[in-house]
Amino acid sequence: MMTSTSLVYLIALPLAGAAILLLAGRHSDKWGHLLATGLSGSSFLVGLYQLSLMLGRSNGQRPITQKLFEWISVGSFNIDAGLMLDQLSICFVLLITGVGTLIHIYSISYMSHDPDRRRFFAFLNLFIAAMLLLVLGNSYLNLYVGWEGVGLASYLLIGFWNQKPAYATASKKAFVMNRIGDMGLSFAIMIAFATMGTVSFSGVKEAAGHTSTAALTGIGIMLLVAATGKSAQFPLQAWLGDAMAGPTPVSALIHAATMVTAGVYLITRSNFIFDAAPTAQLLVVIVGAITLMFGALIGTAKDDIKKALAASTMSQIGYMILGAGLGPVGYAFAIMHLLTHGFFKAGMFLGAGSVMHGMNDEVNMRKYGALRKFMPITFATFGLGYLAILGVPPFAGFYSKDMIIETAFNSGGSKGVILGCVTLLGAGITAFYMTRVMILTFTGKSRWDDQAHPHESPWLMWLPMAILAIGSVTSGYLLSHGDALVNWLSPLFESHGEHAELLSPVVVSGLALVMVAVGVAIAFLKYSRNEVAAVAPDDVSIFTRVARQDLMQDRFNEAVFMRPGQVLTDVLVKSDEAVIDGAVRGVGRLALGSGSSLRGIQTGFVRSYAALILIGAVVLVAAIWVVTQ
Amino acid sequence: MNAANYLYLSALLFTIGAVGVVVRRNAIVVFMCVELMLNAANLSFVTFSRINGDLNGQVIAFFTMVVAACEVVVGLAIIVTIYRSRRSASVDDASLLKR
Repeated sequence: MMTSTSLVYLIALPLAGAAILLLAGRHSDKWGHLLATGLSGSSFLVGLYQLSLMLGRSNGQRPITQKLFEWISVGSFNIDAGLMLDQLSICFVLLITGVGTLIHIYSISYMSHDPDRRRFFAFLNLFIAAMLLLVLGNSYLNLYVGWEGVGLASYLLIGFWNQKPAYATASKKAFVMNRIGDMGLSFAIMIAFATMGTVSFSGVKEAAGHTSTAALTGIGIMLLVAATGKSAQFPLQAWLGDAMAGPTPVSALIHAATMVTAGVYLITRSNFIFDAAPTAQLLVVIVGAITLMFGALIGTAKDDIKKALAASTMSQIGYMILGAGLGPVGYAFAIMHLLTHGFFKAGMFLGAGSVMHGMNDEVNMRKYGALRKFMPITFATFGLGYLAILGVPPFAGFYSKDMIIETAFNSGGSKGVILGCVTLLGAGITAFYMTRVMILTFTGKSRWDDQAHPHESPWLMWLPMAILAIGSVTSGYLLSHGDALVNWLSPLFESHGEHAELLSPVVVSGLALVMVAVGVAIAFLKYSRNEVAAVAPDDVSIFTRVARQDLMQDRFNEAVFMRPGQVLTDVLVKSDEAVIDGAVRGVGRLALGSGSSLRGIQTGFVRSYAALILIGAVVLVAAIWVVTQ
Repeated sequence: MNAANYLYLSALLFTIGAVGVVVRRNAIVVFMCVELMLNAANLSFVTFSRINGDLNGQVIAFFTMVVAACEVVVGLAIIVTIYRSRRSASVDDASLLKR
């Protein structure tokens, strides 16, 4: 593999930005945001330069590596801190730095009234650096560092307004739930090290061929646990909705476009493990299918625009995970959906931020309405993202989502039929809830609060939205034209045989469009023709009520994990006090007591000491005499 | 003459010394009783040396005398110092460490 010396700049630039902004403190308040944006942009330029270099090389020569330094060297076990840029990482690098830079630009205006804007930009840069390390690391251990780094950045940014206790709690919840996933990743690394003796991607790939299926399945399941944590997949999905407590640009960048896709990256990167462990792969598909329905159902009942979009993100990442679980045929489509989703979901989140900006930070969609006239650019960019997520041709989602649905149908047997139906149904529900968001926000009569004076956002905010909207329109076509992305990524994955084709692409697209049309129609009937209540109605079915409470995910977690956990800690604390502290205090008391009772012997009179010595000597002599007799 | 008689004498002297140490209060008398016990031991050593027909016991007796001489120097110094500060040579009065 070729080596390079310039990969490190991708990470070093934003990392330097974070360091400068945090260390310079208030001195950098005036120019910090510009520096951060500039460094993120230059990282993007380095990424583009690397892409151009990569395009100039032949297929087998494309991956490049860079050794940074010797990290761990113990006997025969050596791990270098090294970077690797291949066809898969470059997609992520460009997505992270590209969308990241746009969101930096957006945030300059969005956060302009916040006294802590500099700190915000420092954290954004820290996130970019950590995420780049995650996708550039050449071993699971290097990936793990980035993995923890994005977790930290996510925690800091969700709790950016931590003066509100609810927001601080949300960030803590995200962090704690992510830790469960992180433990999965560390277990996977440990199993890999124990069975294969190596943790680098290339080493594990080589060793996977002659490792037992049981070990590979264990690694695969642990990697899946890691992915469910970071990507908000079932059963570790509950943190994503609360993560919307962070500023909207954070939701767009971290909790929609990049960080939450890290799980998809992990599974795709570990394709050699999952291909050899069918059980783990099946679990991946099941997790993806459950989550995509789970998120979609939650999305239908949310009145908070950001939480509706968050539920949608959960659902769309479910699609990606499902695609990645379908094996070699699905990896490229999962990545394609990830890229297009990065455009349209980031665009829609920024649109939501723009709406909130104009509506005094109101997030309840029931207090919106008729914003189309007042925010034409936001409406247009959000609308393009909306068409993209629905999968209307020729927008981006049409190419990427239909590919996943088609691959699901053609994965063979009853599994294929079930997965195909789930993904189709998910597409219909997606159409319903996204149409609901559109109708409630932009059309109908206004239901604003009295103080609301909606206005279009400044150009610094709508420019990134417009660029992302262009991406939502074109990215699908560009990536799938002539199977561009599939061919680009194919050297990384095992080649695969032809699958039995259950349904042709045309039929799948037709079915998907019918489902979408049904979803849109139901939403129109329900929300466009009737007056929308400004307060969420109470006389709703049990299903709506359950969906409003996120399908009871928090209650479930509280009942099954939190309360027993609290009981366990109570018991442990009590037993610690009684047993361990008791033993320590008991030893002390014993010494004190025996000391005070023995103190009586010490009379202070020389003659009594002499008498005791004499008695002792006599007893000793007598004892010796008895024994030797 | 039977050597065992010397041992009986030695035991008798040792017992007198020991009883004196325990029952007498005057530090000087206690001190002399200690000397008596040491010399009872010396007598035993010399007797055993005679019984065994070698000089080991005699040599140890010399050592004991040297140690006893040192002890007298240190002990008398302590007794005199206590007497100066407390105006008493009673061993029962010197029980300050207890308090």
